[in-house]
Amino acid sequence: MSNGNKEVLTGHQVVANAMKQVEPDVVAAYPITPQSEIVQYFSQYVADGEVDSEVIRVESEHSAMSACVGSAAAGARTMTATASQGLALMMEIVYIAASMRTPIVMTVANRALSGPINIHCDHSDSMAARDSGVIQLYGEDAQEAYEFTLMAQKLAESEDVLLPVMVTLDGFTLTHTAQVAELLPDEAVSDFVGEYDARHPLLDVDNPTTQGPFDMPDYYFEHKLQQVEAMENVPERFLEVQDKFNDVAGSDYDGLFETYRMDDADYAIVLLGSTAGTAKVVVDELRDEGKKVGLLKPWLFRPFPAEGIKDALIDKEAVAVLDRSLSFGSSGPLYLEISSALSEEKSKPRLYNYTYGLGGRDIKEDQIADVFEDLEDPDLESKMRYIGARQ
Amino acid sequence: MKEIRWHGRGGQGAKTASQLLADINLQEGKFVQSFPEYGPERSGAPIRAYNRVSDKQIRVHSGVDEPEVVAVVDPTLLEAANPTDGLSEDGVLLVNTPKSPEEVKAETGFSGEVITLDASKLAEEAGSGYANIPTLGALAKVLGTDYEVAEAEVKKALSKKLPEEVVEMNLQALKVGYETIS
Repeated sequence: MSNGNKEVLTGHQVVANAMKQVEPDVVAAYPITPQSEIVQYFSQYVADGEVDSEVIRVESEHSAMSACVGSAAAGARTMTATASQGLALMMEIVYIAASMRTPIVMTVANRALSGPINIHCDHSDSMAARDSGVIQLYGEDAQEAYEFTLMAQKLAESEDVLLPVMVTLDGFTLTHTAQVAELLPDEAVSDFVGEYDARHPLLDVDNPTTQGPFDMPDYYFEHKLQQVEAMENVPERFLEVQDKFNDVAGSDYDGLFETYRMDDADYAIVLLGSTAGTAKVVVDELRDEGKKVGLLKPWLFRPFPAEGIKDALIDKEAVAVLDRSLSFGSSGPLYLEISSALSEEKSKPRLYNYTYGLGGRDIKEDQIADVFEDLEDPDLESKMRYIGARQ
Repeated sequence: MKEIRWHGRGGQGAKTASQLLADINLQEGKFVQSFPEYGPERSGAPIRAYNRVSDKQIRVHSGVDEPEVVAVVDPTLLEAANPTDGLSEDGVLLVNTPKSPEEVKAETGFSGEVITLDASKLAEEAGSGYANIPTLGALAKVLGTDYEVAEAEVKKALSKKLPEEVVEMNLQALKVGYETIS
């Protein structure tokens, strides 16, 4: 038995490799657990002369994203990586990066937001950025994190998109776990990503532009609508990028979300990130027992592929949405999207919301199986449930 | 799928050994995961690391609670870290200690298979000084790995970080660890 070109690599290593292969002009970043090793590996590649990039060492994430915006506005291909408090500190500039239409690719190694301070995984950090105007992709394993980082570059730079793309992978669970992954040859990535030719680089002094100026009530609204339009262009462009990527990588991406054994399923779970892998194992086990269960995993969370997901869920008996973050005083962010997607339909599945995995709380196969069992109860009360939490 | 748990102290190389084992298993055509316990790592503090090994793609991303094999790199952790936690009586407990398996059984109350080797001494004699590598050698033998595969992968991985003479010492340590197991 051979594993071909497969290697044992951590999430850190695959993302750093993707960055190396993209060969950005500029990387500006500040270290934070569980992201630090991504930039550490990348800086090593730069120091060893394996990649010709400018690494800007800054004093905070606020400065990191500020440097990224400046660099991207100047016309340079720009990347960064962060997590948790780092993203929170960056947030002011994340909104500006999106509004200035800078195609920055940023990795977020998902980690709970303080407080209490915690270094482990949940999605509260990236969910806090969901209204910022960045595109968000969620990966299930190191392989997806690698491939999305490469695809993100093409997506961000699409002419009618020009938005930052955030690629997330679960902190520790994916970043620190060595797992089997397969990297593409450098040339294949170079050909796929191509050269970046900024349309209005700030450094083009022959064609001077003003970028990021003050905006009054007479135009601010219209400029925000341009961001809306750019976001609306994302699904089609993402599918095109997937097609091109499949040609290069031999992969079979063909959508904005993944469905797993959903076609004839009566009961479905929807969730983001690495727990999808564990849920697939549960789906297989329950299928062996004759239960009609399935999983839906959005790859793209912003923009949210509501229409397609509605079609995939509409004929189900019951659906559980598992959120790995809270929106205090409301339902979970993913639940709200699914609920909204189904809201206009007369006949729709019973819909339930679960919160799991906050601050790195482990989630087990039997806990996911319990959720499927819950769904079989036609009288199940609709309320938030907290998986594995002491109450 | 087989699940393995390592116990060591920060700085003793349990995590490194876990990653080396993953490299070795990949070479055998297996699918693998290797991950350290997700805690703040401090030199000298007890740490755990885990391996999953399977013939099929590993999709599960939860922690390991019920390992089939436990490898203890530091003898003092028998007392300090409860290494038999979740280990079934069908499992294997591999311990770096000068003590006999019977003594370890008495100490831990574990009635399954106990294998001991004095990995600290073996590492010292080989000149490498770190007990993780002889323990890895012994574990590779317990798992039925060919020595040549283990040696090739350890050599490849360590050569990226260490000078040749230190790599050679570690390979010697690996070999004596492997050969300890009958």
